[in-house]
Order: sequence, then structure tokens, then C-alpha cells
Amino acid sequence: MKTIINILLLFFFITSESHANENLNNKILKNLRCLVCQGQTVQDSNSEFALIIKSVVKDKIKEGNNEKEIYQFLSEKFGDWILLNPPFKKNSYLLWFLPYLLFILGIILLFFLLKKPKIRSKE
Amino acid sequence: MRKINYIIISILFSFLFIILYSSLDNERIYNTKDLIGKKISQVEINLFQSNETINTEEFINNEFTILNFWASWCAPCRKEHPNLVRLSKIKNIKLVGVNIKDNVESAKSFLKENGNPFDILAEDKNGKNSVNFGVYGIPETILIDSELKILKKYIGPLNIKDVNEIRKLVKK
Amino acid sequence: MLSNLGNIFIIVALLISFLLVFFSFKEFKTNNNLIPVKIYKISLLQLFFTASSFIILLLAYVLSDFSLANVYENSHTNKPLFYKISGTWGNHEGSLLLWINILVLFSSLFLFINKNNDKDFKILTLLFQNILVIIFLIFLLSNSNPFSKLFPIPLEGLGLNPILQDPALAIHPPLLYVGFVGSSIYFSAALAALISKIDSQSLAISIKPWVLVSWFFQTVGILVGSIWAYYELGWGGYWFWDPVENSSLMPWFVMTALLHSILVLERRIGLYSWVIVLSILTFTMSVTGTFLVRSGILNSVHTFASDPSRGLFILSFLIIMVFFSIYIFFKFAPNESKKYTIFSKETFIIANNWFMIFFLGVVLIGTLYPVFLDTITGSKISVGPPYYNLVLAPFLIPLLFLMTSGPNYKWISHETKSFFDLVLVLSVILFLITFLLIKESSFLLNLILFFSIYLIIQTLFDFYESFKKKNINISRIISHLGFGLLIFFIYINHIFSQENNFNLKLGEIKKTDQYIIKFENLEEKSIKNYKSIVGYFNISDKKTSITKELKPEIRVYDKPITITYEASIESNLFSDTYLTMSNISETDVFNIKFQVKPFMNFIWFSVLLLSLGGLLNFLSRNKNEKN
Repeated sequence: MKTIINILLLFFFITSESHANENLNNKILKNLRCLVCQGQTVQDSNSEFALIIKSVVKDKIKEGNNEKEIYQFLSEKFGDWILLNPPFKKNSYLLWFLPYLLFILGIILLFFLLKKPKIRSKE
Repeated sequence: MRKINYIIISILFSFLFIILYSSLDNERIYNTKDLIGKKISQVEINLFQSNETINTEEFINNEFTILNFWASWCAPCRKEHPNLVRLSKIKNIKLVGVNIKDNVESAKSFLKENGNPFDILAEDKNGKNSVNFGVYGIPETILIDSELKILKKYIGPLNIKDVNEIRKLVKK
Repeated sequence: MLSNLGNIFIIVALLISFLLVFFSFKEFKTNNNLIPVKIYKISLLQLFFTASSFIILLLAYVLSDFSLANVYENSHTNKPLFYKISGTWGNHEGSLLLWINILVLFSSLFLFINKNNDKDFKILTLLFQNILVIIFLIFLLSNSNPFSKLFPIPLEGLGLNPILQDPALAIHPPLLYVGFVGSSIYFSAALAALISKIDSQSLAISIKPWVLVSWFFQTVGILVGSIWAYYELGWGGYWFWDPVENSSLMPWFVMTALLHSILVLERRIGLYSWVIVLSILTFTMSVTGTFLVRSGILNSVHTFASDPSRGLFILSFLIIMVFFSIYIFFKFAPNESKKYTIFSKETFIIANNWFMIFFLGVVLIGTLYPVFLDTITGSKISVGPPYYNLVLAPFLIPLLFLMTSGPNYKWISHETKSFFDLVLVLSVILFLITFLLIKESSFLLNLILFFSIYLIIQTLFDFYESFKKKNINISRIISHLGFGLLIFFIYINHIFSQENNFNLKLGEIKKTDQYIIKFENLEEKSIKNYKSIVGYFNISDKKTSITKELKPEIRVYDKPITITYEASIESNLFSDTYLTMSNISETDVFNIKFQVKPFMNFIWFSVLLLSLGGLLNFLSRNKNEKN
């Protein structure tokens, strides 16, 4: 079994370049909130606002901006709310840390619970 | 369970209750108020029905500038128009109207019917330029000072209260 | 007339509920061993009046009786009959009445069907359940009455939102309500168990069928909602981590945890308090979800028309209910001993619970964080799919692994079953094949792929084994298989989905890497209550030369004025081709979104399989009890 695991690990590390199915354009649009819609991404929406943003993003990509720069531009103009992936800023530290805190707390709790007097049962 | 635990839990729940209760009143319309205090971008704005442009930098020459984004097909724009006419009477404000994604003839007849309060009439045929100002719907109005700083942003039609607020802000 | 009748029936139902609570309380204090017939009769009466009030509302919709404000606001004479009926629960007031009906239905069912002999336990469950009924009835009457009158009576209604006119949407809410309103019964039972001090096996046997039923309906309800979103909303996705979707998912996590914990409880003594906590937590999450959805504090595609006064009522109720439950729990806290070794089956069940609670926590944080931040600091941020995917995906790996190895351990001991190595080898081989076909570079995604395959292979082996041994625990095998397949197909679908967004005029052709799309024809028609613009597209696959005809539609409704974009979906066993179009205003150019989505049907099938396991367990429990 050890050999199997080793082969597996080997394959994991032979990684080819990213097989990104969505191009950059779609990826960005999927991460933007349509501000005039109720809970839709710009990619999914057909509203006027979405069409304008789609066009703007296309232009910016042509001009050579990378993903981060485009998000920065849009969040400067429209606030962080337009980004569906909350940026890692002061006001979202808690958002990103809490889940992992929960994870650790859970492990600790479980550990203490399972540590209680154990009697080996003969069943 | 000891009394102290009940007290702690009560405090926790009261806290939750207060937060959730006050959030019931949160604004539904997204107000891009992050922009207040920042400078507007320096971009070229196309003038209405012409190939010429004007750069927002030139607004430094005005004491105050109001950018109003509108279109003839937008019903709330019609509603707020009288308020724009009122604002046009204030001496130290230059009114710039940006006509978005509109038909030239319809825009012209809209202004003929309701009056043209704008010192400068501009256009944004495909709506892309308005993104530079953080405009996501119309009507929207932005008030800036001579340093190009955004003083106020109004999303939706201007009402009398807004007009009075602007009056106060430009008096200084 | 219907309005008056409806009001009367509701008020009578409320009065009867008070009687029921009163007599239940009195009966609790006595030393009788049997529940008096009186209570059974009152319960039936309560059911009669509650159900009748719902039928009256239904009738009002079918007859388009606009003297009821609720019917006026949500219906229209031109609505097809089927949608008039489903409109009954497609609004806040009507759906609240449905809630109450399910509360009452489950109360009566529990009373009549539950075989537990402990009178105190049964009567207390009835008591608590009917306190819930009373509270909701009072809420309905004071704030959200579907029978409130309108005068003068309008001639025509305001019409139903066209997006809500869909068969899947007709059944989606009732399914979900059986799920999370159904959890009310084991909430009440948990509180009753604490006070009446019944033993753990009694409790497990009593609530297990209810947990299974509510879990099953919740799972299927969520599935139907996703299918509806996929077909109706036109974006080709099926889950958006939208706050309302999250509200239905959160109780599901707790139900799943509870389901697993009951397995421990019914065989051994451990986890009694924890089962009680989970039972209370499930209904709590259901009410929390209701609060989030109906109060309007969240921004979502699905929100009902919001009204802060509703929010206040539900919030207050929620806080009081939780506080009360905590009080009862600690006052009557049970003593129990824990007698198990590490690495026994119990530990894996606890691990499952831990994962479920963790997922619950993450979704709760993601959903509520923007609200809290906005209220406290005024700044608004969005928490969308990227957050959830990033945080939750890594934890799928240990979860899948534990699901595979856990069931192989015996209860309370350390032995594992056979086939371990063969399964592993097969999984590795299959994984490598898949990997070479996909060449996905993300380490994380590959791990998820591997462990989902491992789970699938293991459960298939277990299935084969159980056939040989005639040992009937296939419900667990089927559900876990369903889950493994679900993760696997979501992954494959995600990797191989294609999307192209482009502009096209009538007659033009667009060529992508693999397809040729021709905009052949455009048709405008006027139908009942909307104007329809249909585009005819011919899609041909360059490699296989197979052609498909797709007809996406733009609908312009007039009452109320809305534009919807109907996707055209060609669905075969292995793949869906998905097309939507929208018109760029003031031009004759159409914006086209073309998608190819493989294995969608397999995704739906996997969820069905998942829920099937639960259903099988429910159906087979009678056999188990007799043994």
C-alpha cells in the first residue's frame, strides 16, 4: 500500500499548466455583483448595468490590466460590495478568520469530549 | 446552571437582538458612499452631439460642479428635473448634464419640454464613461468642489430635501 | 364571505389550540397512564379547522375572490388554474398558513401514530408543539392575515410575478416546509424528553421517523429548488450561496448531523444530550432561516416582499424560544456516561456531526457577516460563491475520507472490515485515468476528485457485500454513494463546462472552438399575458456534426411589467446545451450566452440517490423494530 501512496503523490506533483476552462473575462465577471439585480453576478445578468460592466471589463483586459487591477478599479468606484469574493481587508479579517477559529475550537472540544473516562467495553 | 451563565447568555442574546433589529432598517438601495471625500477621476467627457470633449480637470475652475446623469427614457429623471432647474439658479454651481444611452432626438425634446438647466450638456452613448464616476443607475447626481472632491452623491431622483442640502453645502 | 369564513376558522383553530394546551398541561399533572380520548378529539378538531382554513384560501384563489387582499395582491383572473392554486403559498401570508398547517398536521400525527408508552413524554410534546402553533396563529392574525378584506372589491388582481409561474416552483415550498417545519415536532419532543426523563433508546425510536421524513423532504426540496433555478433563472447555475438558499441548507446540515447521532443513540447510550441539542438546533435554524428570508434584511433573488414588523416578531420569538430551550436544557439536564473507545463507529459519527456543525457555522457566518458589518460600521461587503468555495472545499477531503472508512469500523471496537486494499487500488487506478483525461493542476481539486472516487468505489463494494450477506443496511450505502457521486459530478461538470458570451444579429454566425452557432430566425408573438420574442438558433458540433435547435425566448409581461429571459435547454443523458439571449436596447443586436454543461442530470440523480437512502431507512424501520 505504501507504494501506491507514493505513486499517487508522484502524480500529484507532476502538474501541467493550468487547464483553465473559463477565460479571464468570464472569471472576473463571475466575481462581480450586478448592483441593480437581486443577487446575480454580472456574468449572469442581462441588465443595462451588467452589459456596461461587461463591456468595460473587456476593454480593461484589452488594455492589459490584470485581474487584481480590474477589481481594484471597480471597487474604488462602486465599493467593495461589487466584489463577490470579499477582499482581505480590515473589515473582513473576522470573516476569513472565524471559520478557521471554529475549526480549531471544534477540534479542541472534540478532544476534550473524547478524553473523558474511557472504559473498554467487551462488546 | 449558575446564574452568571444565564446573565452572560442574556447579554449575548440581547446583543444579537439589537444588531439584527437595527439591521431591519438598513438601507435597501446601495449607496456608493465610499466615494465621498475622494476625488473624481480625470477623464474626458464627450460633449452632446459633437466630437469635442471636456476634461473633468477643467472643473477646477468652478467653485462647485454638479454632475447629473440622466436620460429621456428614465421616468424618475423626469420627476427630478424641476429640482435641477432650481439648482441651476444657484450662482456658484456649474451644472453638467450627462445624457446616457439615449436617442439624440428624444433627449433634445425632453430638454425642450422640461427646460434645460445644464451649463454643459454631455453625452455617454454606451454608458461606459459613467462607470468612471461610480454611477450604476440613473438618475444619479454628484456634487464636487473646486478641488474635484466628491461632497455628496445622490442615487435616485433629487427631492426638495436634497436641493436644500446642496444649497447649504455651497453657501460656505 | 370567504374572507369571513376564513377568519372564523382561524380564530376557532386558535381557541382550540389554547384548549389543547390547557388540557395537555392539566393531564401532565395527573398520574394517568393513558392520554384521555378528549385530547385526541380536540386534536382532530384542531386539524379540521386549520386544514379547512387553508382550503378556504385555496378556494379564494381558484375563484379569484379579490375581496381578500391577499388574493388581490398575488393573483389575476388570467392566471392558469395550476398557478392560481400554487399562488396560494407563493406569498408570505399564504405560506405562513401552510406553515401552521404543517405544524398542526405533525402535532396530530405524532399524537396518533407515535407508539411510545410514556404518557408524560407524549403529552409534553403535544404541549410544546401547540404552543408553537398558538404563537404562529397569533402572528398570522395580528400581522400577516391572508383573509384580510378589501373594500371596495377590485375587479382584477395585481398578478403573480411571472418568474413564480413554474411547476417546479409550485412544489418547492411545500416540500421544504415539510422539511423544516416538520423539525418542529422533534424540537418539541426534545424538550418533552428532558422534562419527562425518558431513556435514550425511547427517544431515539420516537423521533427517528420524524427526523428521516423531514430530512428527506428537505433534501428533495433543496434539489427541486436548484433544478428550478437552473431551468428558470437563465444563468445556467444551480447554487449561488444566495442567503435564501443558505437558509434552507443550514437546517439540512443539522438534520444530517441529527440523523447520524440517532444511530448512536438507538443502539448505545451515548450522545443523549447532544441529540437533544441537535433537535432544538434544527428548528432554531429553520426559524432563523424564516427570519432572514421574510424580514428583508438580506438581498436576494428570492426574498418575499419585506416588512420590518414581521422581522421584529419573528426575531423576538426566535430569541425567546432559544433562551427558553437553553433554560429547560440546563434545568433538566440528563446525566450520562460515555463508554466508547476512540476509533470506534461512535467517533466517526461524532466526526460527521463535527463537519456538519462546521459547515453550518461557515454558512451562517458568510450569510450574516455582511448584515452585522453593515449595521455596525456602515460599510457593505459581499460574501458570494468564491468565499464559500474557498473555505468549504478543502474540508470535503477529510469528510469524504471519513465517510469511506467510518462505516467499516464496528461499534465500540477497533476492527475494520475486509476489502480495504482492493478498494484503494481500484480507486487509484480510476483516479489516474480521470486525472489524465482532465489534467487539472490544482492539488486540492485532485484530492477531492480522488476521495470522491474512493467513496464511490467503497460504497459499491459495500453494496455488493450486503447483497451477499443479505444484511440490510443499504440505506447508508445508497446515501453515501449518492454523496460521492454528487461531489464527483459537480467536479466534472465544473471542469468541463463551457461558456461563451457574444453579440449576434439575425442571420449571423458565431464560431467557437468546438461549435458553430447560427442565428436563423426571430419570431414575435403575443400570448395571454405577455409578448414573446423567440430566437431560433442552430448549433452544430464541429467534431461530431451533430446539430441542435435551440429557441431561447424573451418575455415581456404586462401585469406587473417584467422582462424575463427563458433559457432554451437541450438536455440529453450526458450533457446539457444551454442558450439565453437578451436584446441590447435600441439596437437589433442580441447578446447571446451559450453554455455547454455536462452531466447535469447526473448531479440531480446523485441528490435523488442521497435522499433515497433516507427514504429506504424510513420504510424499513418497521422491520427493524420487529426484530
